[in-house]
Amino acid sequence: MIVYILCFVLFLTGLYGVITRRNLIKIAISLSIMEFSCFLFLALLGYTKGGEVPIVDPADPVKIYVDPLPQAMVLTAIVIGLATTAMLMAVIIRIYRKYGTFDIREIKNLRG
Amino acid sequence: MNPLIPLFVAVPLAGAFLIMILGRFIPFLNRYLAAAVLLFLAFISFWSLIAGGDAASVYKMGGWGLSGGIPIGIYLVYDGFSALVLCIISFIGLMSVIYSMTYMHHYTSRNNFYALFCLMTAGMNGIVLSGDLFNIFVFLEISSISAYALVAFGVGRKELEATLKYQVLGVLASFIILFAIGFIYWKTRTLNIADIRAAFSEGHEKSFYLLVQLMLLTGFGLKAAIIPFHAWLPDAHSSAPSPISAMLSGVLIKAAGIYVIIRLFFNMFEITEGMATVITTLGVISMVLGTFLAIGQWDIKRLLAYSSISQMGYVIMSVGIGMLLTARGIKSDVAALAITGGIFHMLNHAAFKGLLFLNAGAIEYSVGTRDLREMGGLAKSMPVTSATSFVASLSISGIPPFNGFFSKLIIIIAAVMGHFYLLAALAALVSIITLAYFMKFQRYAFYNGNTGKTLKEIKEVPGPMLLSMIILAVACLLLSTLALPAIRDAVLTPATDILMDQMKYSLQITGM
Amino acid sequence: MTIIVKKTTQLIAGIIFLYGIYIVLHGHLTPGGGFAGGIILAGSFILVILAYGSDFLNLVRKESGSTIYENLAILVFLFLALSGLLVGAKVFFTNWLPHGTPGELVSAGLLPLYNIFVGIEVAASILTIFLALVIFKEEVLK
Repeated sequence: MIVYILCFVLFLTGLYGVITRRNLIKIAISLSIMEFSCFLFLALLGYTKGGEVPIVDPADPVKIYVDPLPQAMVLTAIVIGLATTAMLMAVIIRIYRKYGTFDIREIKNLRG
Repeated sequence: MNPLIPLFVAVPLAGAFLIMILGRFIPFLNRYLAAAVLLFLAFISFWSLIAGGDAASVYKMGGWGLSGGIPIGIYLVYDGFSALVLCIISFIGLMSVIYSMTYMHHYTSRNNFYALFCLMTAGMNGIVLSGDLFNIFVFLEISSISAYALVAFGVGRKELEATLKYQVLGVLASFIILFAIGFIYWKTRTLNIADIRAAFSEGHEKSFYLLVQLMLLTGFGLKAAIIPFHAWLPDAHSSAPSPISAMLSGVLIKAAGIYVIIRLFFNMFEITEGMATVITTLGVISMVLGTFLAIGQWDIKRLLAYSSISQMGYVIMSVGIGMLLTARGIKSDVAALAITGGIFHMLNHAAFKGLLFLNAGAIEYSVGTRDLREMGGLAKSMPVTSATSFVASLSISGIPPFNGFFSKLIIIIAAVMGHFYLLAALAALVSIITLAYFMKFQRYAFYNGNTGKTLKEIKEVPGPMLLSMIILAVACLLLSTLALPAIRDAVLTPATDILMDQMKYSLQITGM
Repeated sequence: MTIIVKKTTQLIAGIIFLYGIYIVLHGHLTPGGGFAGGIILAGSFILVILAYGSDFLNLVRKESGSTIYENLAILVFLFLALSGLLVGAKVFFTNWLPHGTPGELVSAGLLPLYNIFVGIEVAASILTIFLALVIFKEEVLK
């Protein structure tokens, strides 16, 4: 039970970073921390008591396995997180070339 | 099993990568290939709607059927509600591609534009067709990442700031949704929507249920731009190129936001009165605040973006009224009428908001500015644009015989028959204020005295842009025939039945 | 970079490439598969670029090579998935090659082919992202 609460604490840490940091790169890193807490939570869901690694051994096929479906979900979600982070980084580099700064308080053209 | 269903996702995906390869060698082929892909999609979606009838089809990918009564494969579900949203995705997409054939002269690397456009369409089709939760998440991410890239397409300072705001809020929403999917898997050990409903109906804790519902409403509400989560929408929709604004505001906030909220809250969760009250309140606040924020805008596209928020508030309010009446267990025919009104308004809004954004793009293409104070008297030099924009403004304000009148009438009648008199009065008031600011848009852009550039320099826009605007204006007139009882029973009532009937969605998956 | 980094990269980069191919090919027997193997393949190329610098290697301004591989690999993957509609049980995404015995290298039908093409695609796309972020050195606003 306590591991799930620690996952949630990691999520809140990432959220704190997104809200209070001024540097754009730190905001991107905090978003990544939030994603990783979700992956950790999903991977921990599959635990069954006394389970083995879910690879079928042809000699001895009947055992109790750990649930493999959350592991597949986490693999897909890691790929999606990578694509999102890459997109965010490309936009941040373009913003640096246009504005000359990484500070988020300087980027306020659109108002109203 | 209908073999056309996986083509909705596979064909635009193949088209996107084919455009990337062929466009490198043959430069002019990319826009015709994109138009061909979207024409094929429009054809099969309308053919499936007309020839399909009332039956729903479930497509089991890879042939993995039920095993011991539990659905274990990836299912694609095509029923009455999905059919309507698929039709509007492909129709508005086709109009945007035809429009962008000449609009995108100012931009470079058009290969990437058409490829990302097809990828976004593939993602939206996947969200609408998928039958289990995790697939909805994957396709939501595909369409969102394409949308982030398309908003920043002309890389100027404003577009980059708009896409940065959109991205940070969008990634936050996606990971709240993933967290909620994790919670649901923890308790029910399955990911299929029909199976989750069966697991929830056996017993659930009230506080856990409320937490999961609130997390999903937050995540998808941010994608649909409901009022506490709307901060990205005015910047993103006003800085994007105009065909992308039409697609984002006309289709993406519906397919990725409102469609999923309606599908999950009616077919997966059991309807409780507290949640229905929350949804109705959010809808009313969006409707009223969106209108008041739109009155003071002088930029054309920001005005249209704020009015998108208010019209989406109409849809959510009427769906919320349907949920409240169903939760209390009274007056189920009024609830059906409210949900029908909401879905009809969703279809109408795609048509006239798409047309309005294309008009704003045409004005920007000819005049060069988007500020209403710097233009005037365009009715003489751009006759087709001004006529179609007049049709769209009358439609959105709810003037008969255009389509906006019928859908708003159905929503107000349903609110009155359900004894929600305050909501009906607010809906009518917001409609009058909408008329006010669209008349302001018409007057300052088209009918004012001539200020700014001389009349000789402003010409009408080229052919393909005119063609797409005229077709959308005709569609605004034709959609009002959906209010006739015969056509409404054929088109809109299957959608309402799937949502209202408590067991029909589950039966079609476990029964096949 | 210093001479130690350059020499070590010269020796190791080929072995990392081979390791990536091993992970991709044994995807249906051991953990890993297409995505993880593809990342390792891309890692070997990125290591060479980082150690020697993009000026030394004369990287071309348009990253055309890696993009073509990426698109071709996805098109072949989609064609394999659509081939399920034509052969066998006529459903999208079926596994229509014979399954073989579990535990062998050549078994499990179409899965090794899917793994190979996903590996090529992921390697090409990560390399494209890296090149896009590195090549274009424009000037910053002063």
